[in-house]
Amino acid sequence: MAYLEIKDFRKTFGNNNVLKGISLSVEKGEVLSIIGSSGSGKTTLLRCMNFLETPDTGVMILDGETLFDAEKDKKIKENALREKRLNFGLVFQSFNLFPQYSVMDNITLAPLLQLKERCKKDKTVNFAEGKQKILAEAEQLLEKIGLTEKAAEYPYQLSGGQQQRVAIARALALKPKILCFDEPTSALDPELTGEVLKVIRSLKGEDRTMIIVTHEMGFAKNVSDKVVFMAQGVIEEEGAPKDVFDNPKSEKLKAFLSGIKDKEGE
Amino acid sequence: MSFLQINETLLRGFGLTCLIFIITLAVAIPLGLILSFGIMSKISPLRKILNVFIWIIRGIPLMLQIFMVYYLPGILNNGVSFWGDVDKYFYFNYGIENGGALLAVLISFIINYACYFAVIFRGGIQSVSRGQTEAGMVLGLTKKQIFRKVILFQVIKKITPPMSNEIITLVKDTALANAIGIVETIRAAQNFASGFPPVIWPIFYSGVFYLLFVGFLTVLFNFLEKKLSFYKE
Ligand SMILES: Nc1ncnc2c1ncn2[C@@H]1O[C@H](COP(=O)(O)OP(=O)(O)O)[C@@H](O)[C@H]1O
Ligand SMILES: [Mg+2]
Repeated sequence: MAYLEIKDFRKTFGNNNVLKGISLSVEKGEVLSIIGSSGSGKTTLLRCMNFLETPDTGVMILDGETLFDAEKDKKIKENALREKRLNFGLVFQSFNLFPQYSVMDNITLAPLLQLKERCKKDKTVNFAEGKQKILAEAEQLLEKIGLTEKAAEYPYQLSGGQQQRVAIARALALKPKILCFDEPTSALDPELTGEVLKVIRSLKGEDRTMIIVTHEMGFAKNVSDKVVFMAQGVIEEEGAPKDVFDNPKSEKLKAFLSGIKDKEGE
Repeated sequence: MSFLQINETLLRGFGLTCLIFIITLAVAIPLGLILSFGIMSKISPLRKILNVFIWIIRGIPLMLQIFMVYYLPGILNNGVSFWGDVDKYFYFNYGIENGGALLAVLISFIINYACYFAVIFRGGIQSVSRGQTEAGMVLGLTKKQIFRKVILFQVIKKITPPMSNEIITLVKDTALANAIGIVETIRAAQNFASGFPPVIWPIFYSGVFYLLFVGFLTVLFNFLEKKLSFYKE
């Protein structure tokens, strides 16, 4: 069985049938890219994986553990939900950094709150020690994203590319098993996409399992182990990046790819 | 009548002005917060009823609301004065005069201001993007942590300017208590003008008390806004 297995995810909003039975699998350390035109349900799929939406049907198994089963999990309790969510990290298109916290505090807020909770439950946990470790790890993350000197600045003082790099570090600080990206460069000026993609590429070097929704076809081809093409709520085509990009079979994928080439040619 | 005596009388009136101001704020702010959750509720009938209520309260003059609170209980109770009994109760137990009217004023002010505050709170809460909550959710924060650590501060920053306006308006609205015989600052000054021999100038002089109070609040709110401006959206 694969590291992550999703079986038959379906989701409707009112009478808008957004996911019509999505099944996919990801191996540990693999990078999966999801491409497809706007409105095809990519964001909804990521949101379902991150428990921001509840699929109407379907099962999700991660590392042998059934995280979600629509048959049983109609209403998941808040605490269970939080634990399930922490298996995944999600980097949003619009960064969603917390504006009132410095870069450092954005990264350490959640780990420190978790530490506090652990201290409350278990008196043997040492807060000062734990905090030091969290801060040291945050420093390392800042170094990785190349923003060590921005630690004390506020999000509004950073460029979009820098903000997105901080958002990636914030997600990594919780050590998710799978890191998801929802069009991480779509809100950025073209000259800023490179720095973000570079960080994501460096994560691939660390064998992180990642699921990336992107419109950057060159990047997807280059970084992915597997590519999924979604259209109107179904997986229309999937395979190795070479096959999907150089040898598309379905008409929809061909049309999608040539549409993107036209845009890039402009 | 000496300047000092007049000052003393006006100050006593100003004490009541401050009392109405402080009690109204202390009760209307939490009540407004509860109301704001009501008008953002998923329960549509509750939301609608509260919205109509707020529309009425914000749509009619505060003076009329004071009259309603003060006179309606008596009218509904066959002319038996309700507030008169409250007056007696306060007078015999605490030696406070005109306690009924004061309570009626406080009730109308609290309801009125809670409605204004509720609308401001709703605006503040809704202006903090859904994305902030979701970012908190994917970071495994509890609902309480999201509200306290992520949303609350941003809301406070957003609502400080409109709240400052409303609170400064409240200082001046307290003069409406005059309408049912509360001897607040303006009424205290008026009493000199209608006395014998009439002394007119305290009426104009009473404005100084408001100016100083509002000036103090303005400095306070400017300071607060400055403190909160260490970040931008
Ligand atoms: N919360 C929601 N309520 C109603 N409709 C939604 C919601 N989220 C997404 N949709 C609809 O689902 C469809 C797919 O959206 P989305 O998953 O964002 O696609 P993509 O990310 O591929 O552009 C769109 O038609 C969108 O309007
Ligand atoms: Mg999307």
